[in-house]
Amino acid sequence: MTVDSTIVTYLENLARIRLTDTEREKCTDDLQRIISYFDELDAVDTEDVLPLSHAFEQVNITRLDEVLPSFPTEAILQNAPRQKDNCFLVQRTVE
Amino acid sequence: MQYETVIGLEVHTELSTKSKIFCSCTTQFGGEANTHVCPVCAGLPGALPVLNAEVVERAVRAGLATHCTITRDNKFDRKNYFYPDLPKAYQISQLYFPICTDGYVELASGKRVRLREIHMEEDAGKLTHDPYADASLADYNRCGVPLLEIVTQPDISCAEEAVETVEKLRAILQYTNVSDGKMQEGSLRADVNLSVRPKGSQTLGTRTEMKNINSLRAIARAIEAEAERQIDLIESGGAVTQETRRWDDDAGESYAMRSKEDAQDYKYYPDPDLPPIHISEADIERIAESMPELPEAKKQRYMTELGLPAYDTNLLTSDLALVRLFEATAKAVSDPPSPADYKEASNWILGEVLRLASETATLPENFAFSPHSLAKLIRLVKSNTINRNTAKKVFKEVFAADTDPEAYVKEHNLAMTTDADAIRAAVEAVLAANEKSVKEYKSGKAQALQYLIGQSMKALKGKAPAPEVKALLEALLR
Repeated sequence: MTVDSTIVTYLENLARIRLTDTEREKCTDDLQRIISYFDELDAVDTEDVLPLSHAFEQVNITRLDEVLPSFPTEAILQNAPRQKDNCFLVQRTVE
Repeated sequence: MQYETVIGLEVHTELSTKSKIFCSCTTQFGGEANTHVCPVCAGLPGALPVLNAEVVERAVRAGLATHCTITRDNKFDRKNYFYPDLPKAYQISQLYFPICTDGYVELASGKRVRLREIHMEEDAGKLTHDPYADASLADYNRCGVPLLEIVTQPDISCAEEAVETVEKLRAILQYTNVSDGKMQEGSLRADVNLSVRPKGSQTLGTRTEMKNINSLRAIARAIEAEAERQIDLIESGGAVTQETRRWDDDAGESYAMRSKEDAQDYKYYPDPDLPPIHISEADIERIAESMPELPEAKKQRYMTELGLPAYDTNLLTSDLALVRLFEATAKAVSDPPSPADYKEASNWILGEVLRLASETATLPENFAFSPHSLAKLIRLVKSNTINRNTAKKVFKEVFAADTDPEAYVKEHNLAMTTDADAIRAAVEAVLAANEKSVKEYKSGKAQALQYLIGQSMKALKGKAPAPEVKALLEALLR
């Protein structure tokens, strides 16, 4: 797979960041090298290997359906850059 | 050209568990903003989500009730996107291994709408626009409330079928105690995927998706309007764009929200915080054994055991609140109820109860009266204490405020007279005052009797049993 500036621009949009031309060039190069590591994996025969999603063999870690007290609203809003009426005030997004 | 509509639904249902899917905050609807929130559902770094076991149970119940295959090895995936109703910037969902696959729901026509999958995920928060700050207010109380997303195949071909599919799913989810199915509180909402194509064509047209439609009526209206919009577009030489649209039910039209993301834009990957969930054969057997009677089975039983007609059973079993009312009412009339008691309870519910419910826009789960009050009223009619017309008037009071029918009848002196002498006196007076009708009857005019019955009932203020009055009149005229 070839990483070019079109793909990087596309990723910028998805990640909500804006790169300068110099950064984009460097990023294209870096991503190309990262992707090429996976070519090495492609070369390995994985016919009988199950896809791995977790590194540990733990399964079925669950909790009972019980309600515990939530956090105080002030504590939850502590990190809000702006707040109003006990809500996080964010950039207008309602369509 | 003739067109046909192809519809697939994504039905989201909030589960009626006590706590959220990955933390112990309450799932209670409403509440002051940001009072049902903790570091897990607020998406704070370092917080560890732990799966609520009850969510898996209910997902399996929903799957078994819809003839799905249950996935043994389940995983959760992160669906990444930026939107302020989602504080983690990803939703925990299931992309690769949804818990249930390949099921169906059967419509009354016998047509099966196939289900592609049912998967578990978390709900997002609620955003409201603040016109003063020209900003949005984010309330995360709903964040992390467990959801099942039920995805159908594009097997639906009109608004009626779509509505019926949602109704069937809703009843199944209620019966199995998976969800309360309250559409007005957002516990059940549907996304409609729709495309049109020339009639008979095998290839699918370009589809649009209308999101979060939360009433059956709106689903039907949205489908009709969108099919028409797409056909007009194609007829006038245009093409349908694949996009997400918002249905505005007040305006009766939809408008484009954003172009549809591809799945790859969500950068799905397995959630490393949540270990896989293995469901064993024993788990599935245990859940299957604990399943309650489902709508279809109940309908069959009502028809064969209680002798109710198909139309009545369809209506009765479509809503769990109606089922509960029906069964409790019949049982309160007499225990065990006779077939006539069942029929009478069913007639009342499908007649007066639903009529007043629709007049007052009251949902069955919010009825104010108890089954015992309705049963008392049925017993009053059964024992000839009041007649049907009076009973209907009394029921208005029962429906509005759970008024005790016995007390009401006594207080307003509505009970029928059982005094044979009083009835005879009234009837004789009517005969004396209506010589013309008496003559007509005797000369063979049968309708004259109806008039005399009417006059007699009027004289008795409707408080005498009509068959008795009729019999007495016939005897006196002989």
